[in-house]
Amino acid sequence: MRAILASWTLVALMCCLGSTANAESGQTAATESLLARLPSANLRETATLVGELEQSGGDRMLPLFQIMLDGRLYSRKSDDALVAVTQPPTGDWVLTDVFTGASLGTATRREVSKVRVNNRLRVQLREAIARIQLNAEDAGARLAAVDTLFGDLNDSSAALLSERRDLETDDKVKGAIEEALALYRLRSSSEPAVQVAALNVLAESLNTEVRYAVEQLAAADSAAALPVRNAARKALTRIDSNLEFYGFLEQLFFGLSLGSVLLLAAIGLAITFGVMGVINMAHGEMIMLGAYTTYVIQLLMPDHIGLSLWIAIPAAFLVSGLVGVIIERGVIRFLKGRPLETLLATFGISLILQQAVRTIFSPLNRQVASPEWMSGSLEINAALSITYNRLYILLFALLVFALLQLILKKTSLGLNVRAVSQNRDMAKAMGIRTEWVDAMTFGLGSGVAGVAGVALSQLTNVGPNLGQSYIIDSFMVVVFGGVGNLLGTLVGGFTLGVANKFLEPMTGAVLANILILVFIILFIQKRPKGLFPQKGRAAND
Amino acid sequence: MKLRKLMQQALLGAGACTLAITVHAADTIKVGVLHSLSGTMAISETTLKDTVLMMVEEQNKKGGLLGKKLEPVVVDPASNWPLFAEKTRELLTQEKVDVIFGCWTSVSRKSVLPVIEELNGLMFYPVQYEGEESSKNIFYTGAAPNQQAIPAVDYLMDELGVERWVLAGTDYVYPRTTNKILEAYLKAKGVAAQDIMINYTPFGHSDWQSIVSDIKKFGSAGKATAVVSTINGDANVPFYKELGNQGISSEDIPVVAFSVGEEELSGIDTAPLVGHMAAWNYFESVDTDANAAFIDQWRAFTGDDSRVTNDPMEATYIGFNMWAKAVEKAGTTDVDTVASTLIGMTTPNLTGGTATMLKNHHLSKPVLIGEIQSDGQFEVVWETEDLVPGDAWSDFLPASKPIVADWTAPINCGNYNTETKACSGQNF
Repeated sequence: MRAILASWTLVALMCCLGSTANAESGQTAATESLLARLPSANLRETATLVGELEQSGGDRMLPLFQIMLDGRLYSRKSDDALVAVTQPPTGDWVLTDVFTGASLGTATRREVSKVRVNNRLRVQLREAIARIQLNAEDAGARLAAVDTLFGDLNDSSAALLSERRDLETDDKVKGAIEEALALYRLRSSSEPAVQVAALNVLAESLNTEVRYAVEQLAAADSAAALPVRNAARKALTRIDSNLEFYGFLEQLFFGLSLGSVLLLAAIGLAITFGVMGVINMAHGEMIMLGAYTTYVIQLLMPDHIGLSLWIAIPAAFLVSGLVGVIIERGVIRFLKGRPLETLLATFGISLILQQAVRTIFSPLNRQVASPEWMSGSLEINAALSITYNRLYILLFALLVFALLQLILKKTSLGLNVRAVSQNRDMAKAMGIRTEWVDAMTFGLGSGVAGVAGVALSQLTNVGPNLGQSYIIDSFMVVVFGGVGNLLGTLVGGFTLGVANKFLEPMTGAVLANILILVFIILFIQKRPKGLFPQKGRAAND
Repeated sequence: MKLRKLMQQALLGAGACTLAITVHAADTIKVGVLHSLSGTMAISETTLKDTVLMMVEEQNKKGGLLGKKLEPVVVDPASNWPLFAEKTRELLTQEKVDVIFGCWTSVSRKSVLPVIEELNGLMFYPVQYEGEESSKNIFYTGAAPNQQAIPAVDYLMDELGVERWVLAGTDYVYPRTTNKILEAYLKAKGVAAQDIMINYTPFGHSDWQSIVSDIKKFGSAGKATAVVSTINGDANVPFYKELGNQGISSEDIPVVAFSVGEEELSGIDTAPLVGHMAAWNYFESVDTDANAAFIDQWRAFTGDDSRVTNDPMEATYIGFNMWAKAVEKAGTTDVDTVASTLIGMTTPNLTGGTATMLKNHHLSKPVLIGEIQSDGQFEVVWETEDLVPGDAWSDFLPASKPIVADWTAPINCGNYNTETKACSGQNF
């Protein structure tokens, strides 16, 4: 008897061991067979397969769903095995096991075929992932899961959420779950007391889906009971005033961000045009050169996108600065005091530079990748989020401005520049090499334009026409701010940016631009020297 | 004496040579290529110039046409609209070309129109456009609105259940007309005015923050929302980037674009675009033998394995083949004969069907909707069952509803009012 028992235990143990081993090597047989059908399925079949996989595989399917959602799931043509693909910028694709992450070597593009995913599938995958992630270790992942399920709850997922609420320790996640469940109760219940209670929870919500649900209840033709309708009206006023406040903050940020772009584009011009008085129509092309420098640096170091951006900043400064010095030495110094001719000559140079770029790099736009830390947005709450790229560029613009102020105010080059711009003859008499200072100033202005190009490459197209779209804006900002004054450029840039963004929702983008231009024309009529005119003898040139 | 004879012979030889060259020159069929190679439109148009050159080269390998070699004459109108008219005049009067392949923007075509009608030239126009035009001298091988915009809206409405619509476009004639047609169409389908948001932005617009934020708000009213984008060229990259950064994914608010193709995608990081859609009559990813051969030929011609193909290239391909076939059939390059031979002409397209030239100088085409993939290609998610005949004058605009274009007898008019029975001709 004992022997029999022992042997049974052994068998049971072995079974147990066997099944663990099986789970480690892959999946249960049922899941395995579902997985095997994935490579050859069409989009509709894939959708059913994903549903069945979630049923049979549960939590273990998470990496598969995630990889599928990222569009990295491929099947190897030689043996139909599912693989996760990582595409390095150059060379063969790297294959890894979907579930274990173990390396499976490399393959060329033709040796694997993609498991296709469309929008409908992505929605399905996202929700499946959310259901699994609801119990994740990381609070951020749980929050994202609740956000995904928000507003699309049914009986079973609502039950899942309330189960989670009782276990939840993180306040933020708990709040989100409460809100999601309240919205669910508001929509599904017909009991006025339950609905009013739900509305009380939702009155502080900023979620637009909540607002829509509340708005419908508050509407004059709503079928809800009177106390519910009244509570809904009250909640709606509360929600709207909150949204309005955050909407204002958002618009302000948009304005500051546009202002920072204008500042970056114009600040180089503030030196060449503002300080030296040269109407430099090739200023936009200096920006373009900076952007192309970023592109070239990225080509040279494709594996370090983030680092390449930092290297591109001094490189762009040097390239654009050098071209600026060449232009000054080669053309502009011969045209001193002849603004019309300078304008035409620099316009010609801008066309030459554009066509040169077209010939060297092709007329097509070039792709400059954004590093990971510059994409996405900083979510402050459901109504207000700030995109990272704009935020960094705003900070960068201020930094460039501060540095430039420092150079002009605290270095001997800055002293010379100011001396020459204020009284050329006197400066010459004092032994300043005005010719050299001219070249350096122009180089400095052009170099800063190049740095602006690095920033702009993260926002817009890098192409031969990049510069043209900023030249008018740049002149606008400098003239508005006051020629010869960097602080004016700062204030001018931000004023125009904010004004533009507050006008845009009312008038549309096209009319907003026109209104701003008209405003500047009128402003210049009244104050021909801009916001911050130069005072004293220096102004009487 | 001997020397003189030798010189005589040499002279004679040289003379014969020059003669031979002149004879040879007169013995070619000249193909004018009128695409911008510099300026803003160079980004799109240089590809089409190369396509025409490739087609000419291939036709010459087959022995040319009517026993003559084809000779391409390339001019550069430099994205300068009035220069398009001048270059057309130059091609027709000085170079005396037999056919022109050219133009991209509608404004450039409108600039060419009076010249080509005055000098009775022949032009193939290979880009999707807003319609409301049909010239005796122009054959439109790109899509009319009913071959791109209307089916795309049908797809969104029927398959994705979209109820709220953002019509976003660049501020010029093509988006304005297309959106006017779409607005009329949506209203006819019962969409309320407050469910349609129309937005125009300047060329090359790069600050999309407020507009994307507005779209986000507009799309959160509880109804499925989609953006129908006629945003042109350069402005697209910052637009999609901003969508991605503000967290709007293609599942929340899909964007269907009419001006974004493989070529445009090859210059940008496609990560934020995956899942958004485009409506065209051709995608490079379409799996047919003809398409595979075309792609191979294109890569061999450009010597670049990563060059992509796109819809206007297919339209150029169809236009060129149709013209070559018509010239063979007519036995002449005379404009009027070729033009009348072209009507009813068929030639295979690259998606496995047959393109037919209709009486209104437009083609019959399939309409495909593709979702953008991470490799910059499109995955076809929907296509029309049959070929859609191109309609020059939209039926959804009250003013153009009674108007038809028919270049066969007895009507013979591009702007014929079926109610008043009058032909208005072109209004330049």
